[in-house]
Amino acid sequence: MDERPVLELRGITKRFPGIVANDDVSFDLRPGEVHALLGENGAGKSTLMNVLYGLYTPEEGEIRIKGEPTRMSSPRDAIDAGIGMVHQHFMLIPVMTVAENIVLANEPTREKVLLDYDVAAQRVRDLSDTFKFRIDPNARVEDITVGQQQRVEILKALYRNADILILDEPTAVLTPQEAQELFEILGTLTREGMSIIFISHKLNEVTEIADRITVLRRGKKIETLPAAGATEESLARLMVGREVLLRVEKGASTPTEPLLQIEDLHVTDDRGIEKVRGLSVQVHGGEIVGIAGVDGNGQTELIDAIAGLMGSDSGRVLVAGEDVTNESAKDCLDAGLGHIPEDRQRRGLVLDFSLAENLALHDYDSQPASRLGWLFPKRLVARAQGLLEQFDVRGGGPQTHAGGLSGGNQQKVVLAREIDRNPKVLIAAQPTRGLDVGAIEFVHRRLVEERDEGRAILLVSLELDEILSLSDRILVIYEGQIVGEFAPGVSEEELGVAMTGGGRKEVA
Amino acid sequence: MTETPPEGGGKVENPRQGGDYAPSVAARVAVWHKAGGIAVPLLTTLLAFFIGGLVVLATTGKNPLTTYKAIFEGSGLNWFLEVGSYEIGIPWTESRVWFPWDTSFNSFAALNLQQTLIVYVSLVLTGLAVAFAFRCGMFNIGGQGQYLVGAIVAVWIGSELPGLPGLLHILVAIVAGALSGAVFAGIAGFLKATVGAHEVISTIMLNYVALWVGVFLFGLGGPLQNDNVGGESVPVSNDVLEESKLNVFWGDPLLQGLHVGFFVALAALVVYWITLNRTTLGYEVRAVGFNPEAARYGGISVARNYVLAMAISGTFAGLAGTLDILGWQFRLNTNDIFISSIGFVGIAVALLGRNTAIGVALSGLLFAALLVGTSTRNLDPEIFRPELASNLTLLIQGLVVLFVGADVLILYLFGIRRRARQRQART
Repeated sequence: MDERPVLELRGITKRFPGIVANDDVSFDLRPGEVHALLGENGAGKSTLMNVLYGLYTPEEGEIRIKGEPTRMSSPRDAIDAGIGMVHQHFMLIPVMTVAENIVLANEPTREKVLLDYDVAAQRVRDLSDTFKFRIDPNARVEDITVGQQQRVEILKALYRNADILILDEPTAVLTPQEAQELFEILGTLTREGMSIIFISHKLNEVTEIADRITVLRRGKKIETLPAAGATEESLARLMVGREVLLRVEKGASTPTEPLLQIEDLHVTDDRGIEKVRGLSVQVHGGEIVGIAGVDGNGQTELIDAIAGLMGSDSGRVLVAGEDVTNESAKDCLDAGLGHIPEDRQRRGLVLDFSLAENLALHDYDSQPASRLGWLFPKRLVARAQGLLEQFDVRGGGPQTHAGGLSGGNQQKVVLAREIDRNPKVLIAAQPTRGLDVGAIEFVHRRLVEERDEGRAILLVSLELDEILSLSDRILVIYEGQIVGEFAPGVSEEELGVAMTGGGRKEVA
Repeated sequence: MTETPPEGGGKVENPRQGGDYAPSVAARVAVWHKAGGIAVPLLTTLLAFFIGGLVVLATTGKNPLTTYKAIFEGSGLNWFLEVGSYEIGIPWTESRVWFPWDTSFNSFAALNLQQTLIVYVSLVLTGLAVAFAFRCGMFNIGGQGQYLVGAIVAVWIGSELPGLPGLLHILVAIVAGALSGAVFAGIAGFLKATVGAHEVISTIMLNYVALWVGVFLFGLGGPLQNDNVGGESVPVSNDVLEESKLNVFWGDPLLQGLHVGFFVALAALVVYWITLNRTTLGYEVRAVGFNPEAARYGGISVARNYVLAMAISGTFAGLAGTLDILGWQFRLNTNDIFISSIGFVGIAVALLGRNTAIGVALSGLLFAALLVGTSTRNLDPEIFRPELASNLTLLIQGLVVLFVGADVLILYLFGIRRRARQRQART
């Protein structure tokens, strides 16, 4: 194998006011290798790739493509240099066909103006066959699965003659099976001579797919090491800079009486689609019940119906024995519900409010926060002071706006507010989404502690790792129904099969 | 690059989380609102004056600074510059104390300043009306309609009910005028809360309702047209009764002195601040304004707050109309109804004042000074052309609104660092 790198980044430094996003970072990519770029959120992975893709201009450093110093002043330059990028969020037009999406901006034409669709479709088919993508060029993008959409994005890069592919957190949106398929495709691509930069913060997949791994921490390159021999523990230590507990330490659960009871719940969304179809769940005090499933199978509607944010058509929801079916959000909260919402930025926090105000979101209208409609800001601040300390929130005091905190610290604020209310039932929806390893550790430890306090915890997550390591019982949701119940020792594959509706078994 | 990002990258979108409440105009203002201190409003004002100056230069060839100096003097604000040694009486006593400014009736500056402050009263109140709705995430363009409704009710009550004791009469008129504004604006809030009708559309429509109801009431043959002898051909209301006119505390009542409504406006500024920052109601309003989804999640009724915030907004505007009638207009004719635009200036006041109490207090003074300083009464044709004079106010007002709307530009000029930091925070 030719060891001369196809791509070199030398001493890249990119500064933003008040922060050095990339500090003298060097990186090289050999032909035919998968080189993983590993780091926590904010470590500078995306900045580095945006520099490479021509979206940012670095203050220092140079980019060499196949040995040639190259200036990247726009994505056009990057594309011309043979770099293709697959973003976390796909840039596809749902109503157009696969072929149309792929040839976009480089259309084969007849008479210089008319799209020659047949030629386009044929080219896409040829490409797809070469790399065994199994994609129908005539399918509409909105009709194909997320995994296939990702392949369309990769094809788009290949169509533009890319030989360097950047994949930004590609498995974030995939099921375990789809991720495996992606890895197979990446194998085919590298055998054909493509070189791949694989951005991720997931340790297990990095060790599985990569040939070499470069770890970034706080804008600095820590180390580049061969994947062979690297363990998840050693990588986590490089990433965070200290020893990290990857597995949550927890004792056996001691379930008490059922605190959250959902009986035959039906929920229809705003578009009139029944998203929850006769779902029943019981969560006892002192246990964590994990709900696994592919995104969009009714998880959001289930949570919203429990929390009083969405009406249900039939069925019952009981929180600590109190019937809160179709009651207001306020009544659900009062019945003893705590809710860590799926999207902390859009729902969990008022980003323009101070932390003190955010911490009062549920009880601003009762003593001691207020009396007879009169608010006592000083009391909010005083209480916030204690909570921020107790939950180790860094990066701001009670008067700081929530929007100014990092994701991990924002989530700690949400956690502090929900737990401080001493709820009997705690719903944790994707509680670690977008958090870095250190913050994940904190959230997980805290959830286990709350379980041990005797709360009933319903964990809804798209991360199987999280479900597997936290849950005392695992339920799989598929098309609005629970299709399986598993013990925590179950394998990812088994869960994956149930999550896609296979091997459906009714739970008594 | 002709690619457009699809929604959610092909993931199944949750419609409920989508744009249930997505006040785009208010959201833009919120962005602007956050964009750093007093620098942006100052820049906006200076830019507006600069371009206004260019227009003066281009159309008249006169030095814009001379024009602006004339406007400044026309507004009476130069009164503060002429410091001397004078005396002022303390209310409800016979004693007089030393005072740095001339309070005698023969000071031109004082006369002009009284007019400026009379306009200031209604601009502060209509400004607060727009600002309060903004803080709840709504754009109340209906300040004009709510102002008119308040004025109509005030002139009706003020001219009826003879025999009612003076102070009581005034209180009844003020409360009724303010409440009518609240109810009128509350309609728009109610429509938004129940069927999702956008408040911009409904308040614009309600403006026309107020206008034409007023024209009907006081027009020829209208039910509230004056019953003066020989007044059948005049489309005007009855005059407000003498006992329900507001007391003039500075200047000559016959020459339109400054009435006590001035203190009501100042009190309204305080009430505005306290309501927003020291009450649970204000907490809810701000939470809904910043993030309705988070407010709903927190157990706050978004619908209730839309109605309430709109009603409070309308109270301010209705109060403005009421005080204008009881303070100096005393009657309402159909022509006044047509040409009045005080409620619209209130939008500019709120925007420039960034929806804060102190901001509205300052920008209200700026616009009041502009309106009075350019009024034809103070015209010196040597300095600027009559037809340009009052248009200059409108021009500057329009430019302010335009620059606020063009937040992208302002943010670009002043927010590059900030946005870079935000972008960094996302990586």
